This record gives sequence, C-alpha cells and structure tokens, in this order.
Amino acid sequence: MGIWSCLGTTLEEVRQSLYDGKSGIVFSQERKDAGFRSPLAADVPLPDLKKLIARNQRQFMPEEAQYAYMATRDALEAARLDMDYIDQHEVGIVYGNDSVAEATMLALDKFRQAGSTAACGSGAIFQSMNSTVTMNLACLFHLKGINLTASAACASGSQSIGLGALLIRNGLQECVVCGGAQEANMYGVASFDGIQSFALNDDPVKASRPFDRDRNGLVPGGGAATIILESYEHAVRRGAPILAEIIGWGFSGNGDHISTPNIAGPARSLELCLKDARVEPRDIGYVNAHATSTKIGDAREAQAISQVFGDYRVPVTSTKSQTGHEMWMAGASEIIYSLLMMKNNFIAGSINFENPDDETACINVLPETREAQFDIFLSNSFGFGGTNSTLIIKDFKN
Amino acid sequence: MTREEIISQVNDLLANEFEVEVSEITPEANVKETLMLDSLSLVDMVALLQFNYKITIPVNELHKIQTFNNLYDYIEQHLPK
Repeated sequence: MGIWSCLGTTLEEVRQSLYDGKSGIVFSQERKDAGFRSPLAADVPLPDLKKLIARNQRQFMPEEAQYAYMATRDALEAARLDMDYIDQHEVGIVYGNDSVAEATMLALDKFRQAGSTAACGSGAIFQSMNSTVTMNLACLFHLKGINLTASAACASGSQSIGLGALLIRNGLQECVVCGGAQEANMYGVASFDGIQSFALNDDPVKASRPFDRDRNGLVPGGGAATIILESYEHAVRRGAPILAEIIGWGFSGNGDHISTPNIAGPARSLELCLKDARVEPRDIGYVNAHATSTKIGDAREAQAISQVFGDYRVPVTSTKSQTGHEMWMAGASEIIYSLLMMKNNFIAGSINFENPDDETACINVLPETREAQFDIFLSNSFGFGGTNSTLIIKDFKN
Repeated sequence: MTREEIISQVNDLLANEFEVEVSEITPEANVKETLMLDSLSLVDMVALLQFNYKITIPVNELHKIQTFNNLYDYIEQHLPK
C-alpha cells in the first residue's frame, strides 16, 4: 500500500500522525479571497514529478493523477512488484475518481480566451476525462489487465477495492492495483461549498468533528491512496509481503434522495458485507466510519451501525476528523489508515469528538487514541446518489 | 521584432516548455528530434506559438517546418503586422 495525504506522504508519517491525533486541516486564504463560504481545506503537498516522469507523459497528468502516481509507486515498491515482473505478468487497475474540475476548467479557459481548440494543448483531453488516473497509471506502470475507473461519488475508492477483490475472487484477474484519488484544488469543490455543506469554524483543527454535537459540515480533503490486491496463490508464488485479506464487500443503493442519506441503505450495505465475510458483528474489532461531520449523514450512519451491531458497542472512529473528507480517495485511504492501526495495535481517536447528540449517542465513538489489538475491521463509504460500500478486512500474520 | 529577437525568445519558450537546454536548439537542428515531439506534443508547439505570437500553423503546413531555421522563417513571415 502507498499513500499521499495531508497526514503524510509515507506510511510511517501517516501512522505517526494518526497515533498523535494530528490534524491535516488548514485555513486557506486563497479560498477566502475567491469567495468560499468555508475557507478550510486539507493541506496536501503537490509532488514534484519533474525528475520522475518525462514532460511528454507528465503533461497528461492532472493533480489527482500526480498524487495517485506517488501513492502507486510506493505501493508497488512495498509490495515488491517491480517493472520487470509487471512487464511479464497481467496486472490490472481499478481506481476511484469522480472529478477533474480544475483540469477541465483550465483547458476550456484557454479555448475561450484564444478562440481556438488547439490552445487547450495536447494534454487537456487526457487530463479532463474522469478516467485520467487509470489511463495515466496504466501507461506509466505498463498495466495490461483490467483498466477501469470507479466513479461512485464518495464511495469510489471503496468500490474500486470491492470490484478488484471481486475480479480476483472470480479468477478473472490475479493482481489488481486499486485505490482512490481526489483533487485538492479549490475548483473541484467550489460548487460543493456553494450548497453550504462545508464546516464553519474559526479554528481549522476543530472544524471536522464527526459524530460530535457541534458538527456543522465537512472539510474537503484530497490526495491518493493505493492498495495492491492479489490472489493468495499469486502472492505466495511471488513471495509477496501479505498484509491482510479482504474477506467481505457489501454494497447497496438508497434509491432515495440525491444528497440526504437514509438508514436502510447503509444498514443493508453493512449487513451484506458481514454476510459476505461470514463473520458476526462481535468479530469486528473496529469500525472506520464514513462520518464526514455533517448533521444528517453522521446521525444516519450512527443509527445504521447501532442497528446492525445491536448491543455490541464496537469501537468507532472517523479518521475524517483528522483528514477532512477525502471523497473519491476516502474509501481507499481509510482502508490504509485502518490497516496502519491494526498492524500497529492502536485505534486513532476521533479528534474533536467531545459530546454526542441524541442521534449519535447510540454508538461507541472513541475520542482519543487507544492501544488496541484487533484482527478484523470494517470500513464504510457512502456517496451522493445513495451509493454505499462496506469492506471487511482481516489481518494476515506471516 | 527582429529575427534575433524572435530566435532568442522562441528558443527560451521552447526550451522551457519541452524541458531541453537552450544550447541544444541550433538553427539547423531538427525541431521534432531536438524537442522530442510526438504527434501530441507537436500540438503543444503549435498552441504555444498561437498563444504567444497569434500565429496559427495549419496542419498541412507543418511539414514545412523541419529545422529551427524553418520555424523562425515561418514566424517571421506570419507575425501580425
């Protein structure tokens, strides 16, 4: 696995940030000056790819593809998958992405300014397609298997992992690069700010407060997270360092309101995932919630978790309290955050969780980092349009 | 704009855009080879000239530009008066 996030750009940095309860959220003067209602954002560094990728390939890469390149480069290295091996074997990619706003805007601005389509430049078409991440990574890393972008709003990253696991489980692929990428520029989320979904708080660190009584909206984040999936046989055959096993994927649709979630849809996603994994709620040692810090979303998820887990008070946190909402990336990054916790025997506290409200008091939210040993966790991701995805991961001890 | 000014300015623009050393750009050098242009990045050169000099090079005239001298000639002849 590999990650490029506001909590760090190496697994060790991210592990430490999670453990320390560090926030990646900052005040953005750029957004305030531009007219954002909420001038808060995750602080995601832009990688310098000049020394890594030639200009003629780099020009096809918008910001999110650059993040995804860095995360995937590290993930492949950690998985000990080198280019020689990839050139001789079929490796696929299923990656979550659901916007290319800045790249599209910049290209069309040039077109309108010059009155000529040629002014867009040759990279524009490849930068401004939703599948830009998978098309770029497949070419850069010589991936010759499945090549597919999962666009499922804020469940994109999770759905990409579920789809990758399904392809492997059915024998259609042996190894698939999965993940999620999210542009972190302000243009990608300007219209989101416009519907007053973002948090208002004078202190950026206090703004993202999932499940807390005083939550008033989400903080947009970004970056990329990559996980290498492969069949057990494939991993053993090539001597791969196995981290964990995806034992369950559940998904559902609300078939309801476009932005207001319900309880039944997410609850069904959780139930189907538990059934697919063939485990009981009490087998789950930790739940990484989708909870984004919105009033209704967090309340409905808390009720869905409570409904499914019954009287078992499973420990729940939302790492979005530290990262903000990483949207198309979140379903993948939160698997990495949870894996880092599981592998290092702790649960990162949900920072800013001070008081529940009537609707979130039904679950056991941990406000502070706690030493904890667990070998199975569950991760939720829900998105606009009522798309729900849940993954259950089991530790693998070599 | 004098020819010397065109050469200096164009060389800087191309070196910066296509990430080559200015010293690699010589009057008789081949444009595509020096700048490592493929069919897509050739479009970027056309767009760069259009943006900076308001010169449109039609696709059917691109074959006329083989060397940098050809390119300077084309710009000199088509610069808006």
